[in-house]
Amino acid sequence: MTTRRDFIRASAVGAAASAASIAVPARFAEAATVPVPTEVKWSKAPCRFCGTGCGVQVAVQAGRVVATHGDADAEVNRGLNCVKGYFLSKIMYGNDRLTTPLLRKKDGQYAKDGDFEPVSWDEAFDVMAAQFKRVLKAKGGTGIGMAGSGQWTVWEGYAANKLMKAGFRSNHIDPNARHCMASAVTGFMRTFGMDEPMGCYDDFEAADAFVLWGSNMAEMHPILWTRVTDRRLSHDHVKVAVLSTFEHRSFDLADIPIIFKPQTDLAILNYIANHIIQTGRVNEDFVRKHVSFKRGNDDIGYGLRPDNPLELKARNSKDPTGSTPIDFDAFKAFVEPYTLDYAAELSGVEKGWLKHLAELYADPKVKVMSLWTMGFNQHTRGTWANNMVYNIHLLTGKIATPGNSPFSLTGQPSACGTAREVGTFSHRLPADLVVTDPEHRKHAEEIWKVPHGLIVDKVGYHIVEQNRMLKDGKLNAYWVMANNNMQAAANLENEGYPGYRNPDNFIVVSDPYPTVTAQAADLILPTAMWVEKEGAYGNAERRTQFWHQLVKAPGEARSDLWQLMEFSKRFTTDECWPADLLAANPAYKGKTLFEVLYRNGKVDRFAPGEVEAGYANDEAAVFGFYPQKGLFEEYAEFGRGHGHDLAPFDDYHKARGIRWPVVNGKETRWRYKEGSDPYVKPGTGWQFYGNKDGRAVIWALPYEPPAESPDADYDLWLATGRVLEHWHSGSMTMRVPELYKAFPSAVVFMNPDDAKARGLKRGDEVKVISRRGEMRSRVETRGRNRVPVGLVFVPWFDAAQLINKTTLDATCPISKQTDFKKCAVKVVLA
Amino acid sequence: MKGVRTVLALIVAVGLAACGSKHEETPRKAPDAPVVITAAGQIDAMRRGVPIDKEASPLPMARVENFDRIRPVNYEMQPPTIPHAIDNYQLTVNTNRCMLCHTRSAAKKFQAPPVSDAHYLTRDGKVLEQISSRRYFCVQCHVVQTDAEPLVGNRYEGLNTTLAKEEKP
Repeated sequence: MTTRRDFIRASAVGAAASAASIAVPARFAEAATVPVPTEVKWSKAPCRFCGTGCGVQVAVQAGRVVATHGDADAEVNRGLNCVKGYFLSKIMYGNDRLTTPLLRKKDGQYAKDGDFEPVSWDEAFDVMAAQFKRVLKAKGGTGIGMAGSGQWTVWEGYAANKLMKAGFRSNHIDPNARHCMASAVTGFMRTFGMDEPMGCYDDFEAADAFVLWGSNMAEMHPILWTRVTDRRLSHDHVKVAVLSTFEHRSFDLADIPIIFKPQTDLAILNYIANHIIQTGRVNEDFVRKHVSFKRGNDDIGYGLRPDNPLELKARNSKDPTGSTPIDFDAFKAFVEPYTLDYAAELSGVEKGWLKHLAELYADPKVKVMSLWTMGFNQHTRGTWANNMVYNIHLLTGKIATPGNSPFSLTGQPSACGTAREVGTFSHRLPADLVVTDPEHRKHAEEIWKVPHGLIVDKVGYHIVEQNRMLKDGKLNAYWVMANNNMQAAANLENEGYPGYRNPDNFIVVSDPYPTVTAQAADLILPTAMWVEKEGAYGNAERRTQFWHQLVKAPGEARSDLWQLMEFSKRFTTDECWPADLLAANPAYKGKTLFEVLYRNGKVDRFAPGEVEAGYANDEAAVFGFYPQKGLFEEYAEFGRGHGHDLAPFDDYHKARGIRWPVVNGKETRWRYKEGSDPYVKPGTGWQFYGNKDGRAVIWALPYEPPAESPDADYDLWLATGRVLEHWHSGSMTMRVPELYKAFPSAVVFMNPDDAKARGLKRGDEVKVISRRGEMRSRVETRGRNRVPVGLVFVPWFDAAQLINKTTLDATCPISKQTDFKKCAVKVVLA
Repeated sequence: MKGVRTVLALIVAVGLAACGSKHEETPRKAPDAPVVITAAGQIDAMRRGVPIDKEASPLPMARVENFDRIRPVNYEMQPPTIPHAIDNYQLTVNTNRCMLCHTRSAAKKFQAPPVSDAHYLTRDGKVLEQISSRRYFCVQCHVVQTDAEPLVGNRYEGLNTTLAKEEKP
């Protein structure tokens, strides 16, 4: 048996044999020549992967991460990690870390059709600035876009938001989190007028029942699953219901296992609401005092291009968010057709299971925690699904008290902290403010100390639209940071790749590793990751967690924060802002964007000396101030006193995370409830203060069919998703040998009967073909997922098997989040 | 299988050709070469030299290593990988096939390593007689290893324990 070292040697030799040409100089060699100090220093950090936000202890020796442990003092995970977390120490050390910028060149010059060559940061930024200025001159900020991330640290997202929305005057900035939880956001906003869960992870130890609505927590949120498991196995009365379109590992714990036909979760949700009403279990006092009712526009289309026949046919495709106020009786009448018979017929689920499920919600004695992720959010009616699960919690008053908790889980470590709270969406500003509201813009301009009228009043391109606009030549200078959107976005060959290679466009990708997206770029910027920089993430339970820079990034790799701030030095306000605005505000004339955005007397007000002793901060050393602290404190102004209160910067370096709103030094566990939320007035019981009337909204919304369903030509449902061992596109975990070897390649999980009917057997090479494209994979009829006849499941982590060549870029028309769970394919022997 | 070989052969052929012409002046030192740019301009090792708009034949299905030989861990408290196949192991509310052999009481009989003491602690740190229910689903932390060869090596180096120990009182 070979050793680990042999493997590395063998694979290095393999790489050399199978590839040729340029070797980018490495800096790793330096570490080996430095005398090895003996000291091992342990420091805290949140895990780099999912939205759970586990705490880890990171051991550093001789400038390298040598070990990580689950942090016993971290409330989220109390010493546990999942297998990915236990191998965190290796994610930064893949052999092919990018250590120098790479630019496509021909004859010594940038060329769109050139080959990648290593260049200096100066050359990289010179070419990039020239390209951005070309676009600015031709179109203004509207030609510039940025794809950001729920993996950005809080201050990186904040700095990017400022650079785009105030610097370049472009709202075309949107995070990959759009693919991940935009429906959760719009769901929260429509029901509560305020984003993010009211409850927290403490609900796991208080609930009597858990209902998974399209979430495979056993693989995707394993540590939260340990808390569900712990509760279920140590308390006999606790029940677990798992709903999905196929059977996965979470079913191992299910008391109520439910496999439903894709899209019919909407009908099941309305059936439960109807059941609660018909059996007289509405919490009338709660509903009377704290709830209002609305009927949402129906027939809202599928978020495809406006000229798609499906959009032209839909009555309300131009007004998907519209609504009319109704009352309880109208709601009651609306859900009345969703009987047990109808729900069972539509969903294909046995009536007995549906009734058991409905009773968990209807029984006033049962405290229920509903949990969901992509099954709900990646759904052409994702916003509705979120609204509809709140309906059943609101009808019964099972909300915002320990164990009564509709809980939207997140997939990225800072989807909440950075994408949502910082407002890096194309319609948002920090703390739930929006670009379309003049008061909100004015408030942001004041905090940013920039002239009034600077922020553009139109919603920018969301991330799906960005790909379309790149293809159409509307968006021409594009910066992709901390995401792998070429692999992640749907309909790759028709809507993703063409825009990147459009000769009018200049595409920049910042990443630690050479990903598929980097491959599609014109300029690649090598990026520092995780503990190579000081950072902050916000997890799914409103917990903000900080970490210090613990090691140096390899070679010339630099943090996203450094890249954003350094690049901003190359632009003046005169190049980016309208002349009349500058004429009216002459003090800003001739200043660089760096000066007006980051040298503004606020972001730069903390000295490098304030960095905690014993920790490096490469950005503070370069800029001469402590940018992370300055950016955070400026950002925190948005939320303090408005229900989004953050603690002082330094507190977070001491604590294992603190859950906002933090009022008078205390975190908040259950929002909207008197006694646990300082914003709720005494005597009110509950106040849903995100809405002006203090009431949460119950939405009357129907079942509607999906954008595409299997037919004679494409006869199978395709659902995509993840596996335990790999995180998202696999750019980190595929470079950890143990994780790679645990699950090295994507497969097509297929029912044995479907395989047999197609003359296929396990291991056969097949083509998965849709109307949009095809990919090659192998059939898996066994293993961890058991899919029903008529459906295949293909994970998307494998860059060698781009399943998103087949998926459909249909989105929820309200949230603009893609439905990666439903399209029609056929599978044939390759 | 045939497809795989063809593609690999192609990459090697194209690669060698390029070596001879374009970049002959830059001798390759494999261990120091983080990013490898193939002659076809491909940089993502995961795609094995195949451009984004093409699809390669998938790698053959990897087999789970089933030798029962315990692999070393990188550092203490890292969960060991599973050195045997676990096909058809039942792991449900009522049955945990793994614990049949790995529980402290049975480990010796089955010559299996018993689960560590940490597995007997509750979330609040109380010591239990039986494995804690928060550790019930073994495969969240312990995974099998297949015979697949990693496509990219990893330069992680473990804790230098010898030196660290000497230094500590």
